[in-house]
Amino acid sequence: MNIFVLMKRTFDTEEKISISGGKINEDGAEFIINPYDEYAIEEAIQVRDAQGGEVTVITVGSEEAEKQLRTALAMGADKAVLINTEDDLEYSDQFTTAKILAEYLKDKDADLIIGGNVAIDGGSGQVGPRVAELLNIPYVTTITNLEINGSTVTVVRDVEGDSEVIETSLPLLVTAQQGLNEPRYPSLPGIMKAKKKPLDELELDDLDLEEDDVEAKTKTIEIYLPAQKQAGKVLEGELADQVKELVSLLHNEAKVV
Amino acid sequence: MAISTKQELELIRESVKALCTKFPEAYWRETDEKNAYPEEFIQALTKEGWLSVLIPEEYGGAGLGMVEACAILEEINRSGGNSGAGHAQMYTMGAVLRHGSEEQKRRYLPKVASGELRLQAFGITEPTAGSDTTSIETTAELKGDRYIVNGQKIWTSRAEYSDLMLLLARTTPKDQVNKKTDGLSLFLLDMKDQQHNITIRPIDTMINHATTEVFFENVEIPVENLIGVEGKGFRYVLSGMNAERILIASESVGDGYYFVDKSVQYANERVVFNRPIGQNQGVQFPIAQSYMEIEAARLMRDKAAELFDAGENCAAEANMAKYLASEAAWKAANAAMSTYGGYGFATEYNIERKFREARLFIVAPITNNLVVSYVGQHVLGLPRSF
Repeated sequence: MNIFVLMKRTFDTEEKISISGGKINEDGAEFIINPYDEYAIEEAIQVRDAQGGEVTVITVGSEEAEKQLRTALAMGADKAVLINTEDDLEYSDQFTTAKILAEYLKDKDADLIIGGNVAIDGGSGQVGPRVAELLNIPYVTTITNLEINGSTVTVVRDVEGDSEVIETSLPLLVTAQQGLNEPRYPSLPGIMKAKKKPLDELELDDLDLEEDDVEAKTKTIEIYLPAQKQAGKVLEGELADQVKELVSLLHNEAKVV
Repeated sequence: MAISTKQELELIRESVKALCTKFPEAYWRETDEKNAYPEEFIQALTKEGWLSVLIPEEYGGAGLGMVEACAILEEINRSGGNSGAGHAQMYTMGAVLRHGSEEQKRRYLPKVASGELRLQAFGITEPTAGSDTTSIETTAELKGDRYIVNGQKIWTSRAEYSDLMLLLARTTPKDQVNKKTDGLSLFLLDMKDQQHNITIRPIDTMINHATTEVFFENVEIPVENLIGVEGKGFRYVLSGMNAERILIASESVGDGYYFVDKSVQYANERVVFNRPIGQNQGVQFPIAQSYMEIEAARLMRDKAAELFDAGENCAAEANMAKYLASEAAWKAANAAMSTYGGYGFATEYNIERKFREARLFIVAPITNNLVVSYVGQHVLGLPRSF
């Protein structure tokens, strides 16, 4: 089985985000593998261990993502590919990333492609489905279980807390939801083996892509932090009076009813 | 020996940290309360290869050096855990690696690396000898193809949780050797095989360290388990001390960071007189001061570890690192106790447990007074004091 994992390097969720000069401040921030992509890596490794084959982890980004790729290799992936766009692209969006990934994947005979259902930074959840569309293969998002029998695949999909069971076939792209598995962390032998595993670096040129081919379809106008949460109001007095006051506040002050 | 890049070293630290999150402080509090051996933690460490970091790849280990081993133990202790339960599995094998025969290495190291055999008991200290190692009275007498051992050891940690023991015994009486450091021999004792001739008596202590007294009555050790040359064991023991000191220093550095992490967090959160207590310099300064001392100790630890890995003499640095780190951790422990006030004494806050544990390294595996004396005599050339 030829398995590919789409991985993104993101901010540590525990980081406090600050903005300077209209950009998110990256100084001193810790970066991690997007947590949903960790489920994807784990699932890929489990499928490979059960079915044989090879796991390749791909990322689009800068040289700094090498650390996260090495971590994926130490977890057990076989190969890593960094598509370095640092010198070619100033601005990119989900279209850019999906286009580059699809271009890389189109002649790779992928049986299974797994990504996280969303990246915790941008949070669009678009890249996976876009890649599948471009490759013209089926996709299922936010999966919590994956079973492969020959070329038949049974997937459980999380639908706002309910489960949907879908039967589909390979080749297939799925995106991982929390609960799919429990991602492993690297063991020491895993780290030692990762030293010898291939980590290839490509640029747009290597994919025969021009900057125009992947030009972002969107523009970011402004980046700002959410408004600080105001202190709440605690109502007092008799319960009946409190209810009346609450209804009146919802009508007149909050204007939500 | 492989050398890790900065990125690989970070990955090692992060992976150990991730493993430690599965063993939160509640786990350590419970094992401490029950005086139980943290078996699940040690098994996880073993399974994921962390304790065989120093064993060469050809014998089934990772083939890394002291720098990496230090990072592992430091992170365990920084997480609130206690490396003491398994650290010796990392370095006790060093005597076999450096002085054992190829046959001994092939026979034991792969099994130590996989965890099939635990080699984490080191029998040196005796009730009447203490730090005066050459005065030990346990004897090993050669009879045919085996040595017969009689005597007693004390403060032998983890003896109940080890398959093998590295044992120092006198093979030639002290009055029959030219130098008192001669006539001592080092053995690899199969404790499981000889369990009927060995009595292990746990010592109840103020920390959960599984330390014991061990009594030997006609214990048999086959000649092929003598390490190196008969009579030269003391030298072999000394050569392993540097590794032990550097690793212990790392545990202290980890303890120190633990206390600082916890103190900073608590001092920022705890509000008294309408402000966080960390705003009071009486609270803030001891934390900042101990942080500086830990950072300084860490630098000495790093220097010692790098010298060790380069195969250079690091005795002075290893000793100084152990001294500086254990003293800095102890200072940080006290700062944490003061920061937490009464809550520091409540077991559920974990500070008192780590406080007790951090105190050990002022006296073990060697008392800091002897480190100071070593530096005075061997580094500075002052007169010998004992």
